[in-house]
Amino acid sequence: MKIVVAIKQVPARDSQLRIASSGKWIDEEDLTHEINEPDAYALEEGLQLKEKHGGEVVALCFGPSRAAQTIREALAKGADRAIHIEDEDPGAHDPLSAARLMAAALKSEAPDLILTGLQSDDLGYGQTGPILAELLGLPHATIIMEVEKQDGAIRVKRELEDGWFQHVEMPLPALLTIQSGISKLRYATLMGIKKAKTKEIRRVTPAELGTATGAVSIRLDRVYLPERAKQTQLFEGTPAEAAAKLVEKLKFEARVI
Amino acid sequence: MSILVVMEQRAGEWNRMSFETLAAAQQLAGELNTTASAAVLGTGLDALAGELAGKQLEKVYAVEHELLNEYTPDAWSSALRQLIAQAKPDTVLFPHTYQVRDFLPKVATALGKVAVNDVVGHRVDAGELVLVRQLFQGKVNVDVRFTDAAPHFVSLQAGAWRADQLAAGSAAIEKFTPTIAAGEIRTRPQDRFRESARAVDLTAAELIVAVGRGIKEADNIPLVQELADAIGAELAASRPICDAGWLPMERQVGSSGQTVGPKMYMAIGISGAIQHLVGMKGARTIVAINKDPNAPIFEVADYGIVGDLFQVVPALTEAFKKAK
Repeated sequence: MKIVVAIKQVPARDSQLRIASSGKWIDEEDLTHEINEPDAYALEEGLQLKEKHGGEVVALCFGPSRAAQTIREALAKGADRAIHIEDEDPGAHDPLSAARLMAAALKSEAPDLILTGLQSDDLGYGQTGPILAELLGLPHATIIMEVEKQDGAIRVKRELEDGWFQHVEMPLPALLTIQSGISKLRYATLMGIKKAKTKEIRRVTPAELGTATGAVSIRLDRVYLPERAKQTQLFEGTPAEAAAKLVEKLKFEARVI
Repeated sequence: MSILVVMEQRAGEWNRMSFETLAAAQQLAGELNTTASAAVLGTGLDALAGELAGKQLEKVYAVEHELLNEYTPDAWSSALRQLIAQAKPDTVLFPHTYQVRDFLPKVATALGKVAVNDVVGHRVDAGELVLVRQLFQGKVNVDVRFTDAAPHFVSLQAGAWRADQLAAGSAAIEKFTPTIAAGEIRTRPQDRFRESARAVDLTAAELIVAVGRGIKEADNIPLVQELADAIGAELAASRPICDAGWLPMERQVGSSGQTVGPKMYMAIGISGAIQHLVGMKGARTIVAINKDPNAPIFEVADYGIVGDLFQVVPALTEAFKKAK
């Protein structure tokens, strides 16, 4: 089974974010970056499916040159090769225009299964998967907890709201978006890291893919810190002092204890 | 600039978020000086369409087809594209449910459009709609505008608009029968199920202490359990804690877990991603303990302590014991 896993590099989870002076995005200069967490689970699922059924895992990443680090890590964990759509300003694309690039990069690949995380931790659209499926004419399912391969088809467990689930069957090729936390993520081994250095990374630019930038449907106008819905009373001092003040407020002001 | 709301139902039961979206549509129609209509997809829709006809709407579309009995992305996409071609709305609004997340990007893409999803607010700027979304798990907001021609697709986050502000009225019902062939539908959904009966009903709890990623390791959970015991509260958790198996799934609060409304909700080491906030922001008093003063949990908290939970939590346990 040939599996493509679409991964994205995003600012590390506990980053302190500052708005860029342009007001159009955050200041990414001095941030560290890592694989988008849901994509790490998609990669893990891809690697496990390959271990069970054989085949190949290809990591696909749209991002600037620094994303090469995240791609290397995916290769070190066991992806066989990678495609890096390199663009120093991925933010100039909206989800459709980014997915068009991915679809163009996959033209010569004909994968049996495409996996990606259910959403990115930065933009949080959660749209790349279903858009890519539509562009490639594939059936899809989102927020998947389990994947079971059948003959020319798959049976997946889909998460619904409020603790409900549902199994869905569909023919291959297909696209799935994977829920976070469905399995334990592996670490790269020393051998894996060594091997990764010799694995192929195909670098392509949007221009080479013949998909012009500029045709976007939505524009991010202004990025800013949210206003607080409530004025939070913060308690300071030593932990014991802050705790005592909080308990007093809960008892005499909020009257909840 | 007409607005169409696509409501969500299953087996004759509304997804209640749909009514928040309907209220938003009425409000937007007023601000943009246009009309709002609503559509519902499925089979046997007379009662549901009849209910919608009692709202202040231009038209109610009952989109019926036997292949719309059970949700599939292919049938929904096909039916909606046909409906949009006929109704010609400028803006199509959806509640941001799991089902909408599944089919909305597909419909928009088929029409060469991009949906702006999970919207928490809006304003009208010179007759143009500006939508507010959250980025970075709620740490940052962004104003988004459409730059292309209608139709524009938008989904609204749970709780961002209030369903109790719906205006009553009288709307005409129009039956719409799309053409869908069984061969178009590639996915085969099976029965919905729940993993196990819930032994813990967090929705009935008056006091909840909830723990998140900040607790770092399973071995640290007892620290928070002791605090919950000192307060007499139920212990709950954000999703990553349950995913890791540190607490059972039945203790999960958020969009994929339980939605709670206790007298007090104390969030410990929980940053407050949107998926968690929708499950607890109805609590009467919210307390947040977090090391990051910019964590989104503080946007909804009444009281807070910014600090290391490993120092604050034992101090709180002591303070609650003393207060008894």
